[in-house]
Order: sequence, then C-alpha cells, then structure tokens
Amino acid sequence: MSAPNDNLAKIIQDLNSKFKVNGKVEGTNRATIIVDKSQILEIANYLKQIGFDHVKAVTGIDYPETEEFEVVYHISSYSDLALAKVIVALREKTSYKDPVFPSLFKVWESVWTGERETYEMLGIVFEGHPELRRMFLDEDFEGVYPLRKSYKLKQEGVFVDKPA
Amino acid sequence: MTSQLEPSFGVEIIPVEGELNVGPQHPGSGHMRIYVKLNGDIIEDVDLDVGYVHRSVEKLSEVRNYMHLIPLIERPAILDSIHMNLGYIMAVEKILNVDVPERAQYLRTLVAEVNRIASHLYGMGILAIFLGHSTGFMWGFGDREVWVEILQAITGARVTNSYIIPGGVRRDLTPAIKEMIEKAIVYQRKKIQDWYKILVNNPNIRARLENVGVMSKENAIKWGAVGPNLRASGVYYDVRKIEPYGAYDKVDFEIPMYKEGDAYARTLVRFEEMEQSMRILEQVIKQIPDGNILSDRFFKQIPPVRLKKWWEGQRRVVFPGYYASFRPPKGEAISRVEAGRGELAYYIISDGSPKPYRLRMITPSYRLIYVFKELCKGARYADLVAIYGSLDYFPPEADR
Repeated sequence: MSAPNDNLAKIIQDLNSKFKVNGKVEGTNRATIIVDKSQILEIANYLKQIGFDHVKAVTGIDYPETEEFEVVYHISSYSDLALAKVIVALREKTSYKDPVFPSLFKVWESVWTGERETYEMLGIVFEGHPELRRMFLDEDFEGVYPLRKSYKLKQEGVFVDKPA
Repeated sequence: MTSQLEPSFGVEIIPVEGELNVGPQHPGSGHMRIYVKLNGDIIEDVDLDVGYVHRSVEKLSEVRNYMHLIPLIERPAILDSIHMNLGYIMAVEKILNVDVPERAQYLRTLVAEVNRIASHLYGMGILAIFLGHSTGFMWGFGDREVWVEILQAITGARVTNSYIIPGGVRRDLTPAIKEMIEKAIVYQRKKIQDWYKILVNNPNIRARLENVGVMSKENAIKWGAVGPNLRASGVYYDVRKIEPYGAYDKVDFEIPMYKEGDAYARTLVRFEEMEQSMRILEQVIKQIPDGNILSDRFFKQIPPVRLKKWWEGQRRVVFPGYYASFRPPKGEAISRVEAGRGELAYYIISDGSPKPYRLRMITPSYRLIYVFKELCKGARYADLVAIYGSLDYFPPEADR
C-alpha cells in the first residue's frame, strides 16, 4: 500500500483539533470520522466548505447486540481533483430508543435518495428531510423494517416434503 | 380562465392543471411509475415511484456466502454485469487482501470495456425508440450483439457472465477471441459513422435533444449526478482516471467532456466513449503480458489432476475448495468502479463470518433518481421521454 494522502491527513488533523472528534486515516485515500449526532451538521458544513461537495452513499447498519443504529455517509468531491481521490466515511450512532438523526439534506442535496431509503429499510428518521416516505417497498408491506437484523428471511429448502 | 397566446393564431389556450400517470406499463417508462403534475404542458413536479423490480440484494446478502453472491449481484444490471461483478470483487479483495496478477488485471479491463460498449449501445437504442426512431433501436440492439458474442466467447455466458473471481478471472484469452475483437472494432468504427448520419446528426433528433433537460455544472455536482451525465455537464470525473483500477493506468485514453449539459451532449459523450473504449481494447490486446490469471495464493490450492485437465488443456480455472465458504477477517471496505452508467460503489462490512454483515450497493441509476426528478421540473411534457432516455436510467439497477 502506498503512503497515505498528505492532504487527507492534514484535513483529519484539523478536524480532530477543531471539533474534538475521533477521525483517522485508513489506507491511501480513505478516512473515517466518528461523530456525535448533535455535532454532525456543524461538521458536515465545515467539510462542505473545504471542498467535499457530494455524498456517494448513505448506509444504515443495525447492531442488535448493543441495540444501536449506525448511519455512514460516504462523502467525496467532484470539483476538487485532489479531494476526488478521497472517500471519507462520516459515522454517527444512536440507540434503538431514539432512532432520529438530523438530515444532511440542507448541506448536501445528494443525500435525498439515500436517506429516504434508509428510513424505509431501517426505520431511521431523518429530521428535516423534505420527503421522508416510502420508495422501494410494496404499498401493502407490513411488519418490521426489512433491513433490521430482527427481520428474518424465510428460506425455502431445496427438497420439499411431499404432502402426506 | 381563458387567454389568447397570440392573436394571429386564433387559438384559445386554456391552462389546465392536472396529474398524469406514466407507467409502469408505459413503453416510455420501463419499470417505473412517473407521476407527473402538470400545468398546461409544463411539468411542475414529478414523483418517481420506483421499486417495481426491487429484489432486495442487500437483505439477501446477509444469508449468502461471498461467492454465492456473485450471480445475485450481477442481476440488477444484466446489460452491464461485468462492472457489477468487478466492483463487488474489488471490495472483497480489499477485505481479503489479495494481489491480482497483471494478466488478470488486463483481462478485467478488456471485458469491462467490451461491456461498456454493449451497455452504451443498449442505452442509445432505448433513447432512439423513446424518440420514435425505430431504426436506432434496432441498430443499437443489433450492434450490441457483436459485443455480446465476444463476451460469450471469453466468459461462456451471454449476459450474467460471473467472470471475475477473487484473485483473478476464470478464463484466459485465446487468439480466436483476439481476432474477433479486432474485427468487431473495424465493424463498429464504420457503423458509428452511420450512427452519426442516421441518429446523431438527424435534424429531428437534434430538435428533440438540444437544449432539453439542461443540467448546469453546479446542479450536476449538487444533485450528485454520475457517469456520462456528469461529464456532459462539464465535470471532469471518471473513476478510471481518478482512482485507476485494472490496467487503466497503463493504457492511454481520454475522457470525453461537454459543457452544454443538455440531452444532446449526454448522447455525444456516450458515442465518444465508445470510440475511447475501442482504443483501450486495441492497446490491451497489444500490451497484454503473459502470466497466470489467478493469484498464486488460490492457484496453489487447485488439485494437480484438475489443474492438468482444465488449466493446461483449456486455460480455465477450476475453483479450489477455499471459495466455498471462506471467512474474511473483520473489517470493512469500499470500492468504486466506473460502470457503463457511471460510478458504482460497494461498501462491505465483514464480521468474520462467511457472509457479509452488511453489503451496500450504490449503483449509478440509484443516484440518478434525484437527478431525474429535479431535471423534469419546468420541462415540457413532451420532453419527459427525451430526458429519461438521455439519462440512460435503467430501473432494475436503481431498485437493486
């Protein structure tokens, strides 16, 4: 693996000292920033100012052991060629009891589809999203949110028993 | 309310507000219901009802082994399956920490570019039929056949190729396939000139596409557009140049770009990309080094008898037992490739079991949902299909 991107190391260092967050560089062009959901808007605004202009993916993850949800935003840049090589994961966690996050729509409009899908599949509410409603599932879908680990897939066996 | 547009017309125009359903059975909608709110013939807003072909790849990945996921992951975009395959395997390789031999990297680039041409031809065919240009549709699908035949010769399958495996590829190139590719390039170069005559420079098509669905550079960045649509709006971004994978850092090619950002520019970008892909193919055939097509780590595990029969006889890889249910170490990886329609990203979280804990698949069409919605606002109703076709949106790819 080649040496980490100096530019990225500096950005993460600045961010750590400025906002007291836990950010680290992982690999050549990858970094992770773990933030609290109360400060994510502030940090997102800062990241946008230094050139991160779009969100590639919004991922929701369910951790049933600790009863927590995690949301990961993968951000990068189109306009800045040096930053375009970089993908930064912005992660935040919350407990099952309070599955609410602030929406980043006001900072990056490109989260529109991702946040809407995460709401639908995991039941995480993004406060401030302009159109938070169902998109992919059937209109008459019932039951738990499908991407939660408590939703078990029914598996059909290869061999089917003969009716008696 | 009655108003008169121009006295000389003598036509009374009555502004009507209303809603229209386009699809999911409409020929111009694919598998998507577009709920259009109209004022006269100006679109005020659209509500995209996607999900008609949703097959829950992300949920199913929780109960499948890594290798068993390959055919499933290719399904969403059957016309661009090599790229779907490649992106996923690159993420798995990152978690496994495997090196890929040089020859396999070249072969990956080769099949990816063949698939890109096939994918663009498909997109152009669909755009042509949306605009009522049946010849374009038939040519698109006819020309695509040439490239699908090549994929079949290399991989053994026509659409879902499952060609790329962790650590390498499944089959080697033969002189007969090289000759096929060379012939196909000659054919396609000649045919692209005909395409320009019949479709691209056709005054009717130009009238339907020029200044339609204009996306400025700022909007393209803000809405998170991808692929040829992004480059038609003047943003220099192509994963093959930004973060080269395969053998893209060893071949010489250009990224076609336009400033206009309209439907016509998006069409031109695709045609010029086909030419660039053929340039890459020529270089790959010339430069491809000798060597193994599978990482030594896995190659050593193949039993000698099978090696003799399949590898030495037919230059095909048989799977060592390792692939059945390997357990990658704990960790996560994100990979990206430039698929036919744009950037494709996979995010895999591994918890040390033979199945991914969470797999996230971000396809180019998925990211175009919001772009399409925003582009339609303020357009004329008649231009809806032109915008839709020019984005090259493929519904199953967005639904996953």
